[in-house]
Amino acid sequence: MTRNSDSETKPRKPTRTGMRLIVPLQGIVQGRGGLILGSLIPCALVYFLQLYLKRHRSSNTLSPSTSAENLPELPRSSSRANLLTRGSIGRVPVSSRASSIAKPNDCPYYIGLDRVREDPYDEINNPNGIIQLGLSENRLSLDLIEEWLSKNLSASMLGEGGDDLNICGIAAYQPSDGLMELKVAMAGFMTEIMGRTISFNPSSVVLISGATPALEILSFCLADQGNAFLVPTPYYPGFDRDMRWRTGVELIPVHCRSCDDFTLSIKALDQAFNQARKRGQKVRGVLISNPSNPVGNLLSIDMLYDLLDFARERNIHIISDEIFAGSMYGNEEFVSMAQILNSEDSDRDRVHIIYGLSKDFSLPGFRVGVIYSFNENVLAASRKLTRFASISAPTQRLVVSMLSDTKFTREYMKTNRERIKKMHDLFVEGLRELGIESAKSSAGLYCWVDMSRLISPYNEKGELELWDKLSNIAKINVTPGSACHCIEPGWFRCCFATLNEKQIPLVIERILTRNNLICPHQNGMNWSLTCCSKIIA
Amino acid sequence: MKKIRNSSTTTTTGGGGATTAMRVIVPLQGVVQGRGGLFLGSVIPCALFYFLQLYLKGRGGRKSGEPPAPPESSPSETHLREVSTLQRVHSRLLLSPRGTSGPAQVSSRANAIAKQADGTYCVGLKRAADDPYDEMNNPDGVIQLGLAENRLSLDMVQEWLADNTRESIISQDLSISGIAAYQSFDGLMELKVVVAEFMSQVIEKPQFFNPAQIVLTAGATPAIEILSFCLADPGNAFLVPSPYNPDLDRDVKWRAGVEIVPVPCRSADNFSLSTTALDRAFNQAKKRGLKVRGMIISNPSNPVGVLYNREMLYSLLDFATEKNIHIISNEVFAGSTHGSEEFVSMAEIIDTEDYDRGRVHIIYGLSKDISLPGYGIGVIYTFNENVLSAAKKLARFSPVSAPTQRLLVSMLSHTKFIQRFIKINRERVRRMYILFAGGLKLLGIECIKSNGGFYCWADMSSLIRSYSEKGELELWENLLNVAKVNATPGSSCHCVEPGWFRLCFSTLREKDIPVVIERIRKISETCISRS
Repeated sequence: MTRNSDSETKPRKPTRTGMRLIVPLQGIVQGRGGLILGSLIPCALVYFLQLYLKRHRSSNTLSPSTSAENLPELPRSSSRANLLTRGSIGRVPVSSRASSIAKPNDCPYYIGLDRVREDPYDEINNPNGIIQLGLSENRLSLDLIEEWLSKNLSASMLGEGGDDLNICGIAAYQPSDGLMELKVAMAGFMTEIMGRTISFNPSSVVLISGATPALEILSFCLADQGNAFLVPTPYYPGFDRDMRWRTGVELIPVHCRSCDDFTLSIKALDQAFNQARKRGQKVRGVLISNPSNPVGNLLSIDMLYDLLDFARERNIHIISDEIFAGSMYGNEEFVSMAQILNSEDSDRDRVHIIYGLSKDFSLPGFRVGVIYSFNENVLAASRKLTRFASISAPTQRLVVSMLSDTKFTREYMKTNRERIKKMHDLFVEGLRELGIESAKSSAGLYCWVDMSRLISPYNEKGELELWDKLSNIAKINVTPGSACHCIEPGWFRCCFATLNEKQIPLVIERILTRNNLICPHQNGMNWSLTCCSKIIA
Repeated sequence: MKKIRNSSTTTTTGGGGATTAMRVIVPLQGVVQGRGGLFLGSVIPCALFYFLQLYLKGRGGRKSGEPPAPPESSPSETHLREVSTLQRVHSRLLLSPRGTSGPAQVSSRANAIAKQADGTYCVGLKRAADDPYDEMNNPDGVIQLGLAENRLSLDMVQEWLADNTRESIISQDLSISGIAAYQSFDGLMELKVVVAEFMSQVIEKPQFFNPAQIVLTAGATPAIEILSFCLADPGNAFLVPSPYNPDLDRDVKWRAGVEIVPVPCRSADNFSLSTTALDRAFNQAKKRGLKVRGMIISNPSNPVGVLYNREMLYSLLDFATEKNIHIISNEVFAGSTHGSEEFVSMAEIIDTEDYDRGRVHIIYGLSKDISLPGYGIGVIYTFNENVLSAAKKLARFSPVSAPTQRLLVSMLSHTKFIQRFIKINRERVRRMYILFAGGLKLLGIECIKSNGGFYCWADMSSLIRSYSEKGELELWENLLNVAKVNATPGSSCHCVEPGWFRLCFSTLREKDIPVVIERIRKISETCISRS
């Protein structure tokens, strides 16, 4: 296979150039210059076009649009400087990589979040505002956290009686990859949540200010610029920013389909890997989320073994984002990638786990993320890189004492799971009454909803139209499947954990009553009528 | 004719030089000899020229006047490297049967960081951290003079925290979602407002800074990295007056891939910067094919501790305007001035004259001026809309945690406390500086007269055996291993003259100063007796 693809691409070039070289010579020799030149022009044009495209792709920070934007500014600088007198104004260009980031958001995921920020729903103050179903944040158990904080806050941040902890412990410079106390507490917490048969080792923990920089650092450490990761779709829209923006790494979608319940297959991975290789792209790893975001299903233990085999065979890494490991509501059992490894030590150095307290512990504002890696080099490099994303010391102290209170954490996790399950069941049931089904799932703060019956035309455009109407007319913000790179149109991620129970009927009602506005076509009418009759009955 | 030569030289870099030349020349011959027709005669050069332009533009920042020859920067380099590794892996896969491939390799850039040997600066810091001096428990430990951290006024911070921690994090009018829930990555608006107020207070100009131009990050370190990323592309360069803070190399180079071109300053000029030196460095960089996108200054300067005066700041701006580059002004020590000179922020200069404000970016932080490095609060203050919006988005990679932000909101809005703190802290820093520099003077060690910062820039060249970097490092080792004092050698700050050391005094207590001086005296005596 490899040799084939290699030998295919290589000789092709020489023969083509050979042709191009010979033909015009022939033409001139035979005195038919005009005709042959006529064919030469497209040839030359194509050649330069190829050259141009090739150059362009190799420096992939320069997409055509950004370079076009910079053109009037960049080349001017030197000639312009000569003309400038003191104090006259010349615009100074920013870097081309920054100007592409500075542009306004074009992904509906972020546009939706912005819209909610401007016009958030509030029962009393803004009853007509947009209801947030686009942010996977857990507000179901904040009361428990609040209760704990009100009891323990000052003690945990300042120390009991002043002896345990002096001011240097929070004000002075700390190791940037996290306090050892917090690593120990974190490893303990992770063991509690996803360890089962194994225990997590504090010395393999690197603490970072959130899972977002954790992903970026791993992406930087495992791949060079222009390399790629395989990512099963649909995937969390934030990956595009976290993995790619500053690292220059590409993400290659590996499509999963509704007919397989959106489960990953090694065959699809293999196919994507080979296609990438044919394009000359070096694949450095697979990025999975388990429990998956946005679908909410789990990777089975067999699948994990297969994945590891695949990674070994291709000699690539696996990043397993397990940030929802503790937010389970189904009957299935969650298996961490770390568990698989225990028996097969030889491959430990290719597995890296992402964790954090934003989801399972409802503390996204604290910005506590974890890289758990078995690879010494990755650990060494990411420890050094945490200088750019360290957690502030007062927060670390607070979290140390929170996580060390195992009685509290156990109780919290138990209650939290029950509440998620209850909300999930209520929400899915409400949608089902409208005839909207959700994908089978057992974890996460969201459900993956099939609204393909409501879209027309059946493509991305139709999906985005529905999304726009949901946000403008029904005033609910959901994440469309296209933002998650889902290959089938009409799927939406709805996060239910920012709601409270009494808001569920409101959401359902907004979808239902404003449905006529959303789907004025006949199909939608019939459907909503049947729904109404069903609900009345 | 010129066009044609250009095109053939450029395409050579793409490969197949001879054939391209052929291809260009042969059809033109046909045209010249009248067989191609008028139409083709005009279309071919036109098309060639068009694509040449397109190609040159596509390559980005190069100016049209420059010859295209100098092999530019990383894109092509990384491409080459990538190609070679690709092939290696291919052959490897063919050779190795299923399941026995070697260990998973990390990226080459991570490898470089993981394997990078610690410089003297880091080695010293580690030694001092592992074996810290303590009057009672470890009187033989290493005394830390290598870390620019201020412990002189921690008592005031502690007192405030003891009184206010609880109320400031969960106050009555603030629900739990104010700290636990997702916040915008670039910082709470409340905190931006009080930070702007605090910065204004430091330069004694009420409401001078605008909160809307602030991006908050987890420390000044990521703030510098984000600015490097936004202002320069990989392989571009910043001019930095040397000696400079050893951390800067990592902040600018590691992930942003931006080069630093040192602009040497000398003891003869009191280590102050001159535009001639800047100009020379700029031209040399240009000759090497490096595109200079800006300069980074620290004001008050770290490690020397001198301030930039108004005149100098104007001429820097002129220089930047002339070359059309950015200025990053690192002002983290702005509130820690202890001399008689007045501190002038770059923001004041840009405000008074009609310059392009978009080229000025200020770094600030709370690590130094209110002694809270553990809190990790950095500030990017920029006048450039594009940089502002890019930096706001990039702040997702180095956010500040919400409880810390709440704590600081209430600390900084406590104006009375802050005013008192700044005043008393300045006095204490000043007192320590006088004591410490005076102690060194008794040993015959002179320091540059400084006006800001927590350190002395000390001339120990009389104590080094050979007047070279080697001699300097020998003395550094002696200080660390024999005298048990960790100082930062000038070479790690890229100082061109050997024998200079940065000694930070603000982690000491007053009674530690005689101990330090005594330890240095021992070394200096052995040095002098040996010579």
